[in-house]
This record gives sequence, structure tokens and C-alpha cells, in this order.
Amino acid sequence: MTGLKNRKVETAIYWLMRGVTYFIVLVIAYIVFDILKNGLPAISWKFLSGYPRRSGSEGGIFPAIVGTFYLVTVTIIIALPLGMAAAIYLSEYAKQDRYTRLIRLAIITLSGVPSIVFGLFGLGVFVLFLHFGASILAGSLTLASMILPTIIVSSEEALRAVPQSLREGSIALGATKWETIYKNVLPYSIPGMLTGSILGIGRAAGETAPILLTVAAFYLPRLPHSIFDQVMALPYHLYVLATQLPDVEKVRPLQYGTALVLLCLVLGMSLTAIVMRSYFRKKYRW
Amino acid sequence: MWKDRLIKAIFFWAASTSILVVACIFFFMGKETVQFFQEKGFSDLWEIRWVPVSFQKQLFGILPLVTGSLLVTILATLIALPFSICGAVYISEVAGKTEREILKPFIELLTGIPSVVIGFFGLVVLAPLVKNTFNLPTGQIALTGALLLALMAVPTIVSISEDALRSVPRSYKEVSLAIGASKLQTILRVTIPAALPGIIAAVMLGMGRVIGETMAVMMVTGNSAIITASPFESVRTMTATIAAEMGEVPFGSLHYRALFVVGFVLLVATFILNMVAQRVLKKYRMA
Repeated sequence: MTGLKNRKVETAIYWLMRGVTYFIVLVIAYIVFDILKNGLPAISWKFLSGYPRRSGSEGGIFPAIVGTFYLVTVTIIIALPLGMAAAIYLSEYAKQDRYTRLIRLAIITLSGVPSIVFGLFGLGVFVLFLHFGASILAGSLTLASMILPTIIVSSEEALRAVPQSLREGSIALGATKWETIYKNVLPYSIPGMLTGSILGIGRAAGETAPILLTVAAFYLPRLPHSIFDQVMALPYHLYVLATQLPDVEKVRPLQYGTALVLLCLVLGMSLTAIVMRSYFRKKYRW
Repeated sequence: MWKDRLIKAIFFWAASTSILVVACIFFFMGKETVQFFQEKGFSDLWEIRWVPVSFQKQLFGILPLVTGSLLVTILATLIALPFSICGAVYISEVAGKTEREILKPFIELLTGIPSVVIGFFGLVVLAPLVKNTFNLPTGQIALTGALLLALMAVPTIVSISEDALRSVPRSYKEVSLAIGASKLQTILRVTIPAALPGIIAAVMLGMGRVIGETMAVMMVTGNSAIITASPFESVRTMTATIAAEMGEVPFGSLHYRALFVVGFVLLVATFILNMVAQRVLKKYRMA
């Protein structure tokens, strides 16, 4: 194969690879750019704080923003403590036995379940079987089940990054296991646990399929009173605006505006997490 | 000591919830699936039409939905493959350190864009483009869906393949270079073959993501439940069927159960893909 040793061929192939890679980058950038360009003119205070009218073809998206905010908050309240506790168990307590392997298998399985199947599961279990109805509670429980693996995996990674010597030193001084974890492990791993979790939560905020069947209202121009209420949510609202209205062309600015708000929310959370992560990585270097 | 034990028990039960959720998912999906077959028998399995709402005879032929999902998934994988492999090899073997540290997170950013936003982009920008390029009456066809899904599979495949490529021991490459191979020869003949199991696993995980994707595919494939192998036909996937029809079915009806059957097939398919991929990653220690 003298062809591959030829300098010119080699350089040409590298350039081809570079071209392909930057083509991917370009496509991503174009999507973001397209949403930004067409979405920005639609954004106004009235759009962000107004209520939708005529099935959403006019007016603002305030209830959808509030709905997504509630959903994310309740999801965090459910999934974050649970996921972090599970990660502490796996990293600090679990032995390498059969049961631990079963837990890990469950986490991997959960991370691969399609979002629409989570929707069906939420509908079957939370909405109908437990009689929560289509509500914030049912939707948040569904979303929480979905992002649990992300939170557990990233939290465990953060816990394992704390050097073993910190634990040993604490135990040697006579601290109990919990005192060791609480005083010598958690303070250094909490930032990492949080940043990893924010990435998962950001993804949950943009999901449509799981909330489609468990909470999202087609058109509901008011705010929820309790966690047993239905709400509008940004991702579903965008879907409705883009496909379910009679005159979709006319509502285009509203669609782009909604897409932009959703994109900013989700990417904003991801970027915050990434920036936080690099900051804490520099702060704690073992 | 009771306090320590209590705390340990709390963490233990928290960790066990994952098992509970997985068990619940399989149980509830399985229960409705079994009930469907008890009521309807297995005759509809060979039916080739999906007509869930009808005054004469409801037909729950799942075949057009399965072939719809397969067509879109295979197309998307074929499209995503060359791009992802090139991207992964470039980032791991050719790009400089700074370039790599910018490129990888940027491509992974794509997984953060909500699928409904990608679907919206596909509907407004990509579908008209496909329509005009191929001179078709509509742009809402399998090909458009596959293109969007390929885009969503790329970051998964790139990210995991790149990890696999980077986990190839340095000594392999050094030996290859030492006996006089060029850098490109080393990449093609040593690094890529050594990382191949990891790359295959990455592709499978990407496929798992694609077959389970709902919103993007529902918004651009036109949703007609027909059996076809042509990328220029409109198709309907399993995911889109569930999402589109579940809102309107009465609880406990045959149609309701049929949608759970579709979900169960989807669950089993992604479960198998996921398990095999994890096995491969674990066996070659690339996870």
C-alpha cells in the first residue's frame, strides 16, 4: 500500500476528514442560527408575559413558560435527592455483589428506554393506576424516572473523583462512615454532582414525548393551582403551534419565538453546567 | 451506630428505586400486551394494515409501523455512519489538543437541543429543501426523517467512538510507526481495527436513540402507515403512532392496549440493542 504512504494522499485524506467534521459543526451552528435569526424578532415582553389566545395562534406563551418551570422544579425535587442518594450508595457503600450488579443493570436499561415508552409508563402507572390524573405530579414523576440514570451516573463519577486518602484519614481519626461522607466527601463532590445533574435536567425540560401523555395541555390559558393541575409546557406548545393549527404559515413567528425560548432555556442550563464544571475542575485538582 | 445503619438503609433504598422503575415499566407494558393478545388473539400479528379506528373492523397490523421504524432507522444509520466515523477519527487522531477540546463539546451540544426543536427545524427548513431537491409533491417523507435522525445520532456515535479510539493503547500505534508505517496507515490498519468493537457499540447505541426518537420523526415523516422500502414515501414509525394516537383512545379499549403492544416491541428492541452494546463495551473495557 504505497498509496497511503504518499504524503499528498495522506494530507488529502486528513483534509477530507476535517471537512466532514466541520460540516457537522456547521449544521449544528446553522440550526441554532436559524432559530435565533427568526426567533429574535418575535420575542417581546408581551410575548413572554402574555396569555395565548385563539388556541395559541395569537398572544403570548406565559402559561407554557410557567408550566415548564413548575415541571422542572418538581422533577428536581423528586429526582435530585433520590439520584444523589443512589449514587452515594453505589460509590460509598455498595459491595461488588450480585445486587449491586442488578442495580447497575437497571440504571443502564433505564438510560436506554425511549422517551415515548416513559410516556406510556407514566400514563399507565401515575395517571391511571395511581389516579394522579394528567397533572404536574404525574408528568414530573415520569420525567424524574427518565433522568434518574443521568443524575446517578454523573453523581457517582463526582464522588469517585474524591481521593480515597480523604476518607481513610477521616476514618483513622475515629469518624463514623456517615461523618466521613458528610464532612470529607460530599463537600468536594457536591459541585460535580450538581453540574452533571443540571445537564440531565436541562434535557428533561426540552422533552415532549413523556409529558405528552401525562401532563401537557393542548391549550390552557391560565396558571395551575396545585400539582394536580394540568399545565401547558413549552416543548408541547411548540409542537402544537407547528403542526396542529389550521394556518401554520401565519403563526410562524410565534413558532420561532417559542422554539427560541425553549432552546435558550435548555442550552442555557447545559452551558451553565459546562462552565461550572470547568471552574470546579480547576478548583479541586487532586 | 443505629444512625449509621439508618442512613445506609436510606441510600440503599434510593439505589433500589432504579430496579423498581425498570420492573414497573416491564410489568405495566407487559400486562397490557398480554391482555391485548388475550382479547384479540394472535391473528392481527400477520395483518398488514393498521386501522385502529373503524366502524367495520379494527385492524391492528403492527407490521407497517415496524417496517416504518426500521426503514427510517436503517437509513439514518447509513447516513450518520460516514460522518460520525470521520468526525470521531479526526477528533481523536488528527485534531490538535485545543481543537479537540472545542470540537467534542460542541458536537455533544447537539444532544442538548430538544427533539421538538430539531423536528421544527426539519419541518420548516429541511422538508421544503428535500421537496425541491428531488422535485417531490411533499417533503414529509422517510428520507427527511432519516436525515434529521442521522443528525441526532451523530453526537452519540462520535462521542462513544472517540472514547473507543482514544482507549487504544499508545504502544500499538508506536509499534506501527516504529516499523515504518505512516500515520495514516497506522490509523487505518491499527487504531481503527483495535477500536472496532467500541465503534460498533457506539453505532448500536446511536441506533437505539434513533429508533426511540419520537417528536422529530413524527413532525417530518408524513405519518402514513404503509409498508414500503422507498425513502421517498411517507411512513409512520412506532413511536409516532403511540404519540399521535394515545391522546384520543379511551382507557382500557383494544386500541389503547394495541398502543402498549407497540410500546412493548419498542422497549424490547431498544433493550436488546442497549444490552449487546454494553456487553461489547464492557468486554473490551471501553466503557
